[in-house]
Amino acid sequence: MSGGLGGFFAAFFTFIVSFFPRAVMQGIPLLAGSTGETITEKSGHLNLGIPGIMYVGGISGVIGAFFYENSLHGAEPNNFLILFIPFMACLLGSLLMGLIYSLLTVTFRANQNVAGLALTTFGVGFGNFFGGSLIKLVDTEIPSIALSLTSSHFRQSLPFAEKLGWFGKMFLSYGFVAYLVIVLAFTAAFVIKRTRVGLNLRAVGENPATADAAGINVNCYKYIATALGSMIAGLGGLYYVMDYANGVWSNDAFGDRGWLAIALVIFTVWKPNVSVFASILFGGLYILNNYLPTGTNLAIKELYNMIPYVVTLIVLIISSMKKKRENQPPQSLGLPYFREDR
Amino acid sequence: MKNKQHMPLFHVAKRASIKWYYAFLIRAAAILLALVAAGIITTVLTGLNPFKVFGALFTGAFGSKRKLWVLLRDIAVMLCIAIALTPAYKMRFWNIGGEGQVLIGALAAALTMILLGNVVPHAVLILIMTAASVLAGAVWGVIPALFKAKWNTNETLFTLMMNYVATQITAFFIIIFEVPKGAGQIGIINQSTNAGWFPALFGNQYLLTILIVLILTVMIFFYLKYSKHGYEISVVGESERTARYIGIKVERVIIRTMALSGAICGIAGLLLVGGINHTITTSLVGGRGFTAVMVAWLAKFNPFTMIATSFLIVFMQNGAGEISTAFGLNKAFSDIITGIILFFIIACEFFINYRIVWNRRERKEEM
Amino acid sequence: MEYRVPAVRMQNISKTFGSIVANDHAELTVYRGEILALLGENGSGKTTLMNMLAGIYYPDEGQIFIDGEEAVIASPHDAYKYGIGMIHQHFKLVDVLSAAENVALGLKEKGRLNLKKVAERITELCDQYGFELDPWEKIYNMSVSEKQTVEIIKVLYRGADILILDEPTAVLTPQETEKLFTVLRNMRSDDKAIIIITHKMNEVEELSDRVAVLRKGAYVGDMLTKDTNAEEMSGMLVGHPVELSIERPDPVDPKPRIVVEGLTVRNEEGLLKLDDVSFTANTGEILGIAGISGSGQKELLEAIAGLQPVEKGSIRYIRDDGTEDELTLKDPLTIQKMGVSLSFVPEDRLGMGLVGSMDITENMMLRSYRRGNSLFLDQKNPHKLAAEVVKDLSVNTPNLETPVRRLSGGNVQKVLVGREIASAPTVLLTAYAVRGLDINSSYMIYELINRQKAAGVAVVYVGEDLDVLLELSDRILVLCDGRVSGILPGRGADKKEVGLMMTRIRKEAADEE
Repeated sequence: MSGGLGGFFAAFFTFIVSFFPRAVMQGIPLLAGSTGETITEKSGHLNLGIPGIMYVGGISGVIGAFFYENSLHGAEPNNFLILFIPFMACLLGSLLMGLIYSLLTVTFRANQNVAGLALTTFGVGFGNFFGGSLIKLVDTEIPSIALSLTSSHFRQSLPFAEKLGWFGKMFLSYGFVAYLVIVLAFTAAFVIKRTRVGLNLRAVGENPATADAAGINVNCYKYIATALGSMIAGLGGLYYVMDYANGVWSNDAFGDRGWLAIALVIFTVWKPNVSVFASILFGGLYILNNYLPTGTNLAIKELYNMIPYVVTLIVLIISSMKKKRENQPPQSLGLPYFREDR
Repeated sequence: MKNKQHMPLFHVAKRASIKWYYAFLIRAAAILLALVAAGIITTVLTGLNPFKVFGALFTGAFGSKRKLWVLLRDIAVMLCIAIALTPAYKMRFWNIGGEGQVLIGALAAALTMILLGNVVPHAVLILIMTAASVLAGAVWGVIPALFKAKWNTNETLFTLMMNYVATQITAFFIIIFEVPKGAGQIGIINQSTNAGWFPALFGNQYLLTILIVLILTVMIFFYLKYSKHGYEISVVGESERTARYIGIKVERVIIRTMALSGAICGIAGLLLVGGINHTITTSLVGGRGFTAVMVAWLAKFNPFTMIATSFLIVFMQNGAGEISTAFGLNKAFSDIITGIILFFIIACEFFINYRIVWNRRERKEEM
Repeated sequence: MEYRVPAVRMQNISKTFGSIVANDHAELTVYRGEILALLGENGSGKTTLMNMLAGIYYPDEGQIFIDGEEAVIASPHDAYKYGIGMIHQHFKLVDVLSAAENVALGLKEKGRLNLKKVAERITELCDQYGFELDPWEKIYNMSVSEKQTVEIIKVLYRGADILILDEPTAVLTPQETEKLFTVLRNMRSDDKAIIIITHKMNEVEELSDRVAVLRKGAYVGDMLTKDTNAEEMSGMLVGHPVELSIERPDPVDPKPRIVVEGLTVRNEEGLLKLDDVSFTANTGEILGIAGISGSGQKELLEAIAGLQPVEKGSIRYIRDDGTEDELTLKDPLTIQKMGVSLSFVPEDRLGMGLVGSMDITENMMLRSYRRGNSLFLDQKNPHKLAAEVVKDLSVNTPNLETPVRRLSGGNVQKVLVGREIASAPTVLLTAYAVRGLDINSSYMIYELINRQKAAGVAVVYVGEDLDVLLELSDRILVLCDGRVSGILPGRGADKKEVGLMMTRIRKEAADEE
């Protein structure tokens, strides 16, 4: 009690400085997933394949990194390639997933829920299968695969971050993918709200028949939104493995983050810029139980994990009760569009 | 006349109807193509002979008496969840909360077993478990229905979120009742007394579970096809305006149907705990709530067809266990194959609902 | 008179949809600086003709000249290139976007989106023509008339100088209509060519310079508005009376069955659809309801059937023994439970009256499935009924298991009417019972309705074909803009007179007296 109030604030500050970066690191994959999903949903497609896509994004990056690292045979890695190869592999993997989804739901007009769930089954299986295969190739005791070399490059923070004390730790200590995802989220929000393309995209998701009549190529917008959304979501998987998990892939470790990303979309009422902050909040809630005072009942800690979902439900309910039109899901979300149905 | 209009090669038109055998052929072709694609992918990914891998699927699924019973058991659980979701889908209520509804039903059964295991007689305990599971599942189903009926809250997103609420509530109770303290798991409940365990029939532990699901399947089939409630569900699903025109209270039908859907999910949870696992974990349902959505959809929401579709899916998943041991492959390989088969079947529905009309070339030749 | 090149000249335009001829060698000419009223009954092909000008449909035959040059208009985009813009009856707007955003939608302008500039241009257009519109207002906050303004602005913004308005006043209040007319006159002064589709005679007289009349898809003629009068136009519109020889037995012992008093109904948008409507429907009588479409017919029937919230007034049901029941604000189930056997053949057959994906037997059940205490459906009786209906009304269907959506329009209607009369109703409400039906099916429906009348049912028949109404109805109630402009006996009613009452002439004449 010696410090009194000052002591309390000092302790609180120390806590925030250590807690905040961890919340951010938890939040980035969610932010990537939700930004990707928001773009897709704005085109009228509820992509429940996002969890699978994020798995594929992660494992694709791992595969790229694995083969690059193994091709080195102990030589010094090329500083560009070691980032570029996993990065492009991740984008390619998630793009393919997005294309499967759009082929099924846009061209073949399949039920979006079913196609999305199938994609998640496939994606999670894909991730775990290749994860497992690689693990077998390495032949270790531990059922995981560690790409510490690649990871160290991905985790490279700004050189002067450490010199800036708490500020550096809180805001400058992350790998480049984190900043990229944040920039993408803000960009997505800007594009959706302020540009011609965004306006047209919103019209496609709200009322495709009207968009069609206004001369907008509805299917083209849907394809691009889904493909782009998938690639951004895939980055979340990549960030998770390479940065958050220190390059260690273990099967199923990514967990339910994909679903949480979808929850985040609802929570932020389809606004990626809000998601930048909300994802940190969700990330914080995700790890909150690690920071509860020791002695807190473990069972209670489990209930804390429920909070993100419960608040999302509350947001969903309140926005449907208030019927504020801007906060509703895109009007034709989940419905296939067929011009001749009119 | 200058007609610069670009004439597409074909256009897509909705089919008015399709002969059943034609639809059947399209689906069969899709499955065949899917298997070919899966075979190619198997070879590319693993370098193995795809026929051998498919062969291993069969031994994995049917290889021994025990494997066969496990297969039947898993089909039963999948089928149970699928038929539970069906009434909701008939009503066009996109319930993807099967996962949570099953889990909460399982939790109710497990808690009853723990709390009343040594208090009431065995038969009474099973009755109370059943009541608890049905009630818990129904409540979990009714909550989104209430909001849908009253405020038209998006049911897909709502039921999706409810899954994770159920998971965390389960995690909470697992810690409360963990055995031993600090283990973070409950372990087999009533191991010594077997209280609340479903009795074995003819010496088989799973037979009762399978029979219950079969009876439920028949009941749901008749409920949907021949009961007044089932009829109302179809009318509401097809056209709310018609429903109101003939005086159906749409809100009431939505809530009632979701109570039923949730209740049967609850029974699936009961079967998992009382009949099969005798314990509860947060991953007890293991994604089957989602897979069942696809099972039900593939069967066009016909409960009897669902027997076939759940067989297809469960066969893939169980057979893959063998693949992992025989070839040193990962069990997740089955998910990849399942995914591929699903993609093909989903895509083939397009060719059943639409036809492609090749535009005549006449005009082109004129130019 | 100096020769002017018309802005639009359509020549010999024909268009068929399957076996239905929508336009049969139709013509149309409109000049700049002129408002042309295109007049015609429902189904006379006005909208189809205009859709071909706007690039929605492509004509099977005929030519279109814009400013004297032959034009090929294959898409709305082509239409814009020729400066043609159409304001459809059903607005194509995105609700959650603002007016400015809706206007900017799909524009292929260079540079980045500058909504401020768009809004400025909108305000300019508003000032120029006398609109009132906040460019930043969201569509969902707008009244119907404001939405219409956005549609017009959208067209003007894209540089259209040939404007087509499809029944623009159908959804407007009189004050809003007046405002719209002012705007249209301003546009005329701006040398734009304007075509307005309508069937309201007073509007034609008030607004247009010239009037063109279509009947049954064909061009009847055109004349300068100042040289004609409402009587002549109605005559051209309805044509000469046609002898249909529909039977009309005399009603036997008519007694009041449904008494409607002061009925007032607003639709979801708050627009007054029925205004103080009073009438009595008698047993053993056919009460025909005449009126141009959208005059409140749908609301009237739905209010009686318990599907439409009533703002004011009462609907009473009088039983054979003279006791009365209030039907106002009761839902269909309650009405049924009160023992009132009321049958309703709605306008939207497959969207309301029937379930398209269900077969004939299942559709028969819609009315009767609640019968009995069993949890399960009685399939036997509906199946029997289905077989009877198919046989008695000679429904052309492969079997009873065919989904009704696969049947032709006439057969769908027979199934619906067959079901509705099978429950031995005391009141039968029908809306456009013969719309889209061929001659034989139509006569069968008249025959069925007459049989119900003979059985003492109070029949309310909403129709659009005046000839049929005049020959079938015992009494005719004419609706105009949600108000009763008169009730006259069907025998000896004059077609022209009814035509005039539909467009309010008689009422206004009566007011002047």
